[in-house]
Amino acid sequence: MSFISQVLNGLGLGSIYALVALGYSMVYGIVQLINFAHGDIIMVGGYMVYLVLVVLGLPLWVAVLVSILVCAAVGILMEKLAYHRLLTKGSPRISLLITAIGVSIFLQNAFMLMFNSDPKSVPTLITRETLDLAGQSISITTLINIAVSVVMMVLLYLLVNRTKVGKAMQATSEDAGAAKLMGINTNRIITLTFAVGSALAAVGALLYCNAYPQISPTMGNLFGLKAFVAAVLGGIGSIPGAMIGGYLLGVAEILTKAYISSDFTDAVVFGILIVVLMVKPAGIMGKYRKEKV
Amino acid sequence: MLKVSDINVYYGAIHALKGISFHVEEGEIVSLIGANGAGKTTTMQTISGLLRSRTGSITFRDTEISKTEPHKIVRMGLAQVPEGRRVFSTMTVQENLEMGAYILSGKKGATTAQDLEMVFDRFPRLKERRRQVAGTLSGGEQQMLAIGRALMSHPSMLLLDEPSMGLAPLLVQEIFDCIQQVNKGGTTILLVEQNAKMALSVSHRAYVLETGTIVLEGPAADLLANDQVKHAYLGA
Repeated sequence: MSFISQVLNGLGLGSIYALVALGYSMVYGIVQLINFAHGDIIMVGGYMVYLVLVVLGLPLWVAVLVSILVCAAVGILMEKLAYHRLLTKGSPRISLLITAIGVSIFLQNAFMLMFNSDPKSVPTLITRETLDLAGQSISITTLINIAVSVVMMVLLYLLVNRTKVGKAMQATSEDAGAAKLMGINTNRIITLTFAVGSALAAVGALLYCNAYPQISPTMGNLFGLKAFVAAVLGGIGSIPGAMIGGYLLGVAEILTKAYISSDFTDAVVFGILIVVLMVKPAGIMGKYRKEKV
Repeated sequence: MLKVSDINVYYGAIHALKGISFHVEEGEIVSLIGANGAGKTTTMQTISGLLRSRTGSITFRDTEISKTEPHKIVRMGLAQVPEGRRVFSTMTVQENLEMGAYILSGKKGATTAQDLEMVFDRFPRLKERRRQVAGTLSGGEQQMLAIGRALMSHPSMLLLDEPSMGLAPLLVQEIFDCIQQVNKGGTTILLVEQNAKMALSVSHRAYVLETGTIVLEGPAADLLANDQVKHAYLGA
C-alpha cells in the first residue's frame, strides 16, 4: 500500500479516536473531570449494535438509534448517580477520579454479567470493501469514518457556537459561577454535556464496529486510553484540539504499523504524548488560562 | 424589597457570617462596607444562591429565596455584578452582553437589540469594542461590561460587589456616576465596597460589617460623620 493510502487509513482510525476524544474534552471543559469511564461508552455502544443486529436481528438503523440513545442515557446516568453529588459538594478531584475508575470497572463487569466475557463478532455494518481511487486502494470504511467524523465535528461546532444552549455551555465551561449569575441552569448544561459526549462516543462505536469485527467488555480500556491521549495531545477542553489529536494519533499509529512494526504502535502513541507534553504542556490547541486582576 | 434575617454561613468549620440581618427598600442604594474578610462577598454570594445559609431567611419581594437555585433567583429580577467582574474572557463584548440577556432570549417581546443600544449609550467605550474579546479589555472596561451584562436581564434589583476594585480614581468616579444613574432609572441597588467614602457618598443607607457581624447601621450621611467609621474606614 502506498504512503497516501496509509495516511488515509490513519485518518480513518483517527476519526474514531477523535469522536471519543471529544467526549473526554467536553466533560473536562465543563467540570474539570477526567471521566475515565468514557472509554467504556464505546463498549456499551458496541454491545448495543451486537444486541440489535445479532441477538434481535433488527435492521441497521435501529442499531444506530439504539446505540446512540443508550450511550447518551448511560452518560446521563453516570453523571447523575456517580458524579453529581461529588461535583456539587466540591469534593477533591482525586475522589472524582477514583469514582470514574470505579464506574469504568462497574460497566465492564455489568456487561460481562449480561453477555459473558467472550469476545463477540459483529457483522459488517455497511461494507468492508476497498475502492480503487486514482491508483490508490482505499477502503470504503476509511472514507465513511472520515466523512462521519467531519460531519459530527461540524454539527458539534454549530451546536456550541450557534445555539443558545451552546453559548451556555461555553459560559459554564469558562466560569460556572458567573454562568449561574446569568440565569443558566448549569446542572442541566452538565447533564447535556455528558449526553452529547456519550452520543459522540456511540457514533465512534458504530464506526469501530464497521471497521473491526469484534467487541469485548474490556475493549474500552486501551481504546479509551488512546482517545484520552488524543484529547490531551490536542489540548484537553478544546473541541478542535480533540479532533486534531485524534487524527494525529490515528495517522501515527498506522504509519508505525506500516513502516516500523506493529509491536511499536502503542510505544509510539505514548511517546508522542510525552514529547508534546514536554514541549507544549497544555497540548496543541490548549490555552493557558490567564487572569486579569 | 430584599430582607435578610439572621443568616449564618460557614466555609467548612469557618463561621463567615454570624447571624446577619439587614434590608433594602425599593428604590434605595444601600451599602455594605467593611474591611477585607469581613464577609461582604460571602453575603452577596449567599443572596444570589451561590452559597447557602444554615439558618435564617432571605426574602426578595416577599418570596423566600434562601433555598432557591441561583439561576431561578436571576429570573426573579435579582442580578449580581460579581467581585472581580468575571466577564467571559474568551467571548466578545457583544457576546458577553448577550449572555446577560440569556434569561430573556428567545422569549416573546425580548428586546435584546434595544438593550444592547441602551448599554452602549451608557458605556460608549463598549460600543467601540463590541467585537473585541473581553479578556483583552482594561480593568475599567471589564467593569463596565460586567455592569452592562447584568443590566441586560432587566433586573429590578442589582447587587454590585466591589465595583471600584483595582480601578483608577477617575474611573471609579465614572462607575459610581453610572450606579447612581441606574438607580434613578428605577433599579434598587445593594453595593458592597471597601472604598467606604465613595460608597457612602452615593448611598441612602449603609451597614458596617466586621468579621461576620453588622456593627453599625444608619443613613449614609450619618455614617460619613461617625467618628468610629471615620477612624476605621475613611482614613481620617
